[in-house]
Amino acid sequence: MKIMVAIKRVVDYAVKIRVKSDKSGVETQNVKMSMNPFCEIALEEALRIKESGLASEVVAVTMGMKQSVDTLRTGLAMGADRAIHVETGGPLYPLSVAKLLRALVEIEKPGLLILGKQAIDDDCNQTGQMVAGLLNWPQGTFASKVVLDKEKQIVTVDREVDGGLETLCLDLPAVITTDLRLNQPRYATLPNIMKAKSKPIKKFTPQDLNVEIKSDIEEIQVTEPPKRKAGVIVSSVDELIDKLQNEAHVI
Amino acid sequence: MATGVALRAFRKRIIPSFSSRISALPFNSRSISTLVLAEHEGSSLKIQSLSAVTAAKSLSKNNSISLLLAGSGPGLHEAAAQAASCDPSVSEVLVADSDEFSYPLAEPWAKLVQLVQQKGGYSHVMATSGSFGKNIIPRAAALLDVSPVTDVTKISEPHLFVRPIYAGNALCTVRYTGVGPCLLTVRATSFPVIPITSDTKSNEASISQVDLSTFGEDSVGKSRYVKHTAQDLERPDLGSARVVVTGGRALKSAENFKMIEKLAEKLGAAVGATRAAVDAGYVPNDLQVGQTGKIVAPELYMAFGVSGAIQHLAGMRDSKVIVAVNKDADAPIFQVADYGLVGDIFDLIPELLEKLPEKK
Repeated sequence: MKIMVAIKRVVDYAVKIRVKSDKSGVETQNVKMSMNPFCEIALEEALRIKESGLASEVVAVTMGMKQSVDTLRTGLAMGADRAIHVETGGPLYPLSVAKLLRALVEIEKPGLLILGKQAIDDDCNQTGQMVAGLLNWPQGTFASKVVLDKEKQIVTVDREVDGGLETLCLDLPAVITTDLRLNQPRYATLPNIMKAKSKPIKKFTPQDLNVEIKSDIEEIQVTEPPKRKAGVIVSSVDELIDKLQNEAHVI
Repeated sequence: MATGVALRAFRKRIIPSFSSRISALPFNSRSISTLVLAEHEGSSLKIQSLSAVTAAKSLSKNNSISLLLAGSGPGLHEAAAQAASCDPSVSEVLVADSDEFSYPLAEPWAKLVQLVQQKGGYSHVMATSGSFGKNIIPRAAALLDVSPVTDVTKISEPHLFVRPIYAGNALCTVRYTGVGPCLLTVRATSFPVIPITSDTKSNEASISQVDLSTFGEDSVGKSRYVKHTAQDLERPDLGSARVVVTGGRALKSAENFKMIEKLAEKLGAAVGATRAAVDAGYVPNDLQVGQTGKIVAPELYMAFGVSGAIQHLAGMRDSKVIVAVNKDADAPIFQVADYGLVGDIFDLIPELLEKLPEKK
């Protein structure tokens, strides 16, 4: 069985982002970019399934600008066997990504598609669910545990839901989106980074895949959130309780 | 009631051809009608899932709001009766009763939303953005070939929304320009549910069954519910508590974290945690507050031994009053705190426990 993993290049999670002064978006020029943390977890899970002998190949795929290739190389260095890059310009919304993914699934025919539960830039939390809907595959979102049964062609997924955990059993092929607690992603070692340079990256355009990139969402503006007014440092527990009772009136 | 039915029939016939021509124009307020997906558990409606009703009311004055409930057995109908009187602006409760909906699985639910939407021609479909709404709305949107909008915090016009991006460090205003229905999940803390008093309950919505005869069976059986492991819920729900007390890595152990729980008890508060505290195994992960956990906006948020990473701030920055207790005076949490106290939490929490007045 083949596993396909979708990864996204985003502004590094530790960067304090800046909103552009013309309100057209967030500054991404000369800002450190990395693989979306949830995508790293998705890739790590795919690699672990392969290492346990339940999958034959891990294919990393991404959609986006030229530079996204760097993120694919990182994925290859972590251990993906090969990669696919669908090169696009301009903004790309989850519906388009899901359609591109569906087209790639139809070409590659993986038994499992793993994605992160959300990208930390747009915070949409949509793509996995949408591609599952388009493919009419079952979905196991917000996964914190994945157990694959190759014989029965099923996968059991523990999902992080409000108020606890939910366990579902999905028929393969299926779509899984990963939560933070699924695993601890590995670091790419230098020899693996070198090896990754010779691993194949196949290129497609949306036209090749017969997907029209359009959007029914228009971004009007991006602004900074309202600033909180400066607080005060109190010197003792007594003063704190006094302020909460008599100034803030919250206790 | 008769006009409601007539209106829906009108919408059904007219909208498909009509809306494609006027898609670039702002929607006529008369054409606003919303389908709200609601959750129920056992035989009662989950009140938190009604934030979407609050949001639907802000779309337009003339919005006709329908609530959709799915499940099986008598519990569903009790929940539906409750839904019918939950808010005077809800004009109709739709009930889908079938074994396929015994558990809230995404595959049958998304199909159901598609079916009900196509019959009712709703302009908007909404759910509160909890794990239920986030699981179902995007899948339903894909089936309807439209882009959904996640975690809306403000509705300016029927098709103009504000949503946070980059862990709440930027706010993005988006316009939905599609010809199809607009699918949204809304942030519960931005659209709080106002409990309905008994005197308004007389205004009950009609309850009707969804005709499932055309419900496709091709997605049924592809996923099966196995079990649910609930966390113990003695304290108020984290998402809707008036006071939240949170502990971070500095608590050092699950044993020490009990101090946070005691403090919460004294304040009648919910307990929250940072990712570090969850990963270290001090508390279960459904207590995590942040970009990847729960988003809270209580009246009082007290953070103990929390540094204030971007991802954590994303989950609590809209709290009314923030208190931070930390021994590191440079911790970023102090930049958002209204009241900061620098010192050792192991000294200060016991002192607080002793000196805090008993809750009323």
